Amino acid sequence: MSVLATRDLIIDVPGREGGTSLNITIEPGQVWGVLGPNGAGKTTLLHTLAGLQAPRSGSVELNDLALGQLRHRHVAQRLGLVFQDRQDGFPATVLETALIGRHPYLSPWQMEGADDYARAEAALERMDVAHLGDRLVSTLSGGERQRVAIATVLTQAPNVWLADEPTNHLDLHHQSAVMALMADQAAQGQAVIMCLHDLNLAARWCDHVLLLYPNGEACWGPRDSMLVPSALESLYRQKLAVVEVDGAPVFVPIKE
Amino acid sequence: MLARLGLPLSLLLLAALAALLLALGVGSAKISPAQIWDLLQGEGDALARTMVMELRLPRALSAFAVGGLLAVAGALMQVLLRNPLADPYVLGLSGGASIGALAAMLGGLGGLAISSSAFSGALFSTFLVFGLAHGSGGWTPSRLLLTGVVVAAGWGAVITLMLALSPAERLPGMLYWLMGDLSYARTPWPPLLLLLATCVVLIPLGRSLNVLARGPQQAAALGVAVRPLEWCIYVTASLLTAAAVTTAGSIGFVGLVVPHMLRLLLGNDQRLILPACALAGGTLLVLADTLARTMIAPEQLPVGVITALLGVPTFLFLLYRSR
Repeated sequence: MSVLATRDLIIDVPGREGGTSLNITIEPGQVWGVLGPNGAGKTTLLHTLAGLQAPRSGSVELNDLALGQLRHRHVAQRLGLVFQDRQDGFPATVLETALIGRHPYLSPWQMEGADDYARAEAALERMDVAHLGDRLVSTLSGGERQRVAIATVLTQAPNVWLADEPTNHLDLHHQSAVMALMADQAAQGQAVIMCLHDLNLAARWCDHVLLLYPNGEACWGPRDSMLVPSALESLYRQKLAVVEVDGAPVFVPIKE
Repeated sequence: MLARLGLPLSLLLLAALAALLLALGVGSAKISPAQIWDLLQGEGDALARTMVMELRLPRALSAFAVGGLLAVAGALMQVLLRNPLADPYVLGLSGGASIGALAAMLGGLGGLAISSSAFSGALFSTFLVFGLAHGSGGWTPSRLLLTGVVVAAGWGAVITLMLALSPAERLPGMLYWLMGDLSYARTPWPPLLLLLATCVVLIPLGRSLNVLARGPQQAAALGVAVRPLEWCIYVTASLLTAAAVTTAGSIGFVGLVVPHMLRLLLGNDQRLILPACALAGGTLLVLADTLARTMIAPEQLPVGVITALLGVPTFLFLLYRSR
């Protein structure tokens, strides 16, 4: 169990002055959705939470200790990040890619053992890409690569998931499967924070929402207090119609 | 897992031993493997013993060490820049070393002075490229690669200028140095020990290098201290190249072809690729040097010509066949 918290955090978005200081505590079992228009700083926020990018001010704390004071390896055992864009370095197979999720747990002299392979294979199975194990990642479709990326973090088994648009490139079935996986992780006591563009996924699967405005202002709270049509319309500068399906609101953009 | 590493490495080790045996046996006087065994035990004909132990063995071991150093340096640079075209020479290292060596030759110096001048040239070029690529912000792989390529082109022009201005009697020696030549190699031990030490040091870093090869951000997210690791790779690769160039002049293609070939055959696990590069690079250069000194004996060819003539078609064939 790990608790991720921000103290007076202002993320460092180039060319932006000021903004709301974020004081958020993300408890185990919670699923947070970060919503905002393009360029609002959603990815910057996730990278700052993961310790990959320095904040302009304030700090990020994991179990009451600032990320900067913790060892990289210790942080990587607890925080897992699903990147929005794939950085394809050298060619690697699907299984090799998932297996690097075990890196934070192995000592420098240690080779991956049967247990590490079993975890990677189970993660690939869970993401429905086990049959691609020997294929090179560069030969996969966009959606398959996205599932391999999620399987890598699943192999890493973090307490806190930071997922940057985890449903990118996925078909409808796999979108639901990924959101179900996130909910499942939260039910097992992990915390999940994800950037989303699909309001309806946020409405259905998140229990907390953070709205991030282009000028750096932000507000956050339980889902139902945040997903108010008027607030969302000003956030996206887009008129919305709301209908109810299956007990959850569905937001549809409408013509002006 | 160990078997996966063990089998290819044992095969490469056998190939390396066979290549060394061939290099000891072939030449102006042929010596059979059985005779070599006797000679190594300190028995047999005194003349043959001198030839093998004092001429052929040091030269073959030097070739092995230089080939290994260049291949490992190439493999490291490729991980650092995540670009299969990266090669220590592309980054201007050999250019800097060549200027140092040629200047020493022009000044009429010989032996150790040429080596140390080449070594200083290589290190100077390293820091020049890294400093310029760093600039005011951080460096990116493409910026480092471009800076290296441009600096190398600059060195190329200076080399041509030096050749044009140098007296005719010095030209052959300079040209041979530029094309790589192992007949200058004296004691093989410093580069061999450096190669061995590097391989041992790199074993525990192997998995971090694998993660780095997936991209710096991914590596950072998995707990790798990216900047220190990148510095370590760059400095190590530069030192290895400088040591190789100092021993044998500038020999191209080994650092580019060997790692790429091994990646196509063995996959991209650096824990396997780096020691495999040391063995295969060494074997390749031992064979190339044996060819270089026997093909038109008693004349010798520059070994760099052989590595290029062997390397280019092999590389193109593998590239054509690859997925």
